[in-house]
Amino acid sequence: MQLEPLPRPASDSPVQLNFPRNRRTAWSVRGEISRSTRLALAVIGFLLPFIAWFVLSHSGLMEEVFMPTPMKVLQSAVDWWSDGNLVTDIFISIERIFGGFLLSAVIALPLGVMIGTYAPARALLEPLTDFSRYLPAVAFIPLIMLWVGIDESAKITVIFVGTFFQMVLMLAEDVARVPSPAIEAARTMGATNSEVVKHVILRAARPAMVDTLRSCMGLAWTYLVVAELVASNSGLGFSILKAQRFLHTDKIFAGILMIGLIGLITDQLFRWVHRAAFRWHYLRS
Amino acid sequence: MKIPKISVRALDKFYGKQERRVHALSKINLEVAAGEFVTLVGASGCGKSTLLRTIGGLEEYADGDILCNDVMVDGPGADRAMVFQSFSLYPWLTVSENIRFCRRLKYKRENLTSSDVEIASGRADALVELMGLDHVKHSYPAELSGGMQQRVAIARALMGKPDVLLMDEPFGALDAQTREVMHDLIRHVYLLEKTTVVFVTHDVEEAIYLGQRVVVMAPRPGRIDAIIKIPFDTSRQQDLKLTPEFNEIKRSILQRIRETSGIKTDLEQLAKLTRVG
Repeated sequence: MQLEPLPRPASDSPVQLNFPRNRRTAWSVRGEISRSTRLALAVIGFLLPFIAWFVLSHSGLMEEVFMPTPMKVLQSAVDWWSDGNLVTDIFISIERIFGGFLLSAVIALPLGVMIGTYAPARALLEPLTDFSRYLPAVAFIPLIMLWVGIDESAKITVIFVGTFFQMVLMLAEDVARVPSPAIEAARTMGATNSEVVKHVILRAARPAMVDTLRSCMGLAWTYLVVAELVASNSGLGFSILKAQRFLHTDKIFAGILMIGLIGLITDQLFRWVHRAAFRWHYLRS
Repeated sequence: MKIPKISVRALDKFYGKQERRVHALSKINLEVAAGEFVTLVGASGCGKSTLLRTIGGLEEYADGDILCNDVMVDGPGADRAMVFQSFSLYPWLTVSENIRFCRRLKYKRENLTSSDVEIASGRADALVELMGLDHVKHSYPAELSGGMQQRVAIARALMGKPDVLLMDEPFGALDAQTREVMHDLIRHVYLLEKTTVVFVTHDVEEAIYLGQRVVVMAPRPGRIDAIIKIPFDTSRQQDLKLTPEFNEIKRSILQRIRETSGIKTDLEQLAKLTRVG
């Protein structure tokens, strides 16, 4: 039997401008919006709280001690900067953050890889880490002061305690999520254990691990104020605490916003490095 | 008598402990001759993948022997390269780097002369050519279709000149049209490379079209139910799948699979249900 194909539709049929059907609205589940709408909404999302703040602080409904006006906060930031302290505060805080973060990363990376790769390492270390994750870093401050002292290393230790355990577990999870066939294929090509770790696991998990480091950097920033509770006389967190003592709410606002801004910048830097280093990760056929 | 490439003798394998113990493989005896293309087919749970993975050295076995070239199998090795259904390519390496992956490994680097390097690089190029990957050799796996990705996986497995190519449902995730193309490609490669192939599938048609022998397996416990020698010669074409001889073999294999896997009772139950309704 020979199939008789139907005639092809004429290619020069006139273009019909129908009203679009089956359209999904922006609010349908998993609906899509245009790039410009997305950008506009992101800007509005940022502006709305600022406008609310502006209106509320100028309305006279709130006392100025409770909520300073945006201009006042800006002025306080400018004063802070012209004192010459802001830059020092920023740098000393960044130093502490990076100190604690790097110390965490240096120890957490090998441990996370061990836990995610080897069953005995997981059995030995994961329950302990799971438990330690819930230990309140703040409550450790008196102990840290006793054991480490009250200088820079104490502040770094607080940030370390706050980020380390979380980081180990997240890195171990990243490593454990490398698909088995990728590992098994290497083994049937003659790879040794260490070669599997080096050529497959570490390479495959790298994008996820950098993402984990990015999240943990955010975590480190949240511990800054706590870390600078310990006998500080400089730093963004310390300045916020000092301003609190004198009820300088404008400076508290300025300090909080400054930490948010630096956090946002480091986050974006991490994302940029991620995109630049792992181009293959963003490919789609 | 020639030594078989792969020899499985009285292999028994269990999963789990005590009363939860599952008899995954029971008294498996199988010999695969050098240059033979053997397909393992059966319903899910019949242990075909487990058997293949055990031959590949990826699963433990306690009872029985597995020999490759008369040497006891103890862990995975480059003599038994494996192709998986998916997720086995390295997405951070280009197609050509993926294919050359085994050359990063120590055992390949250690006893290497400069002429070996040239031969190897020529081989990689030849495999790229053979698999029709020339136009994508600098692309990353994520940029390729599923069929093209599996071509890379096969080329990569062949790169180290394995004694046996173990394939675990390599075309299971592909659409029917792509699968047909892959069938002819793998047959072409097999005839050219003269490798020994053990191929696992749940698709009976695929098993007959590719294999010289079809090993039909049955579940609970996982065992070899029948071994069928396929009477067609090496020059097979797609239309073969439509001939009465082919369909007769297909019918008998499907019948065995239905009988041993309990699908028949399911159908009877379904009939009962409809009667009640």
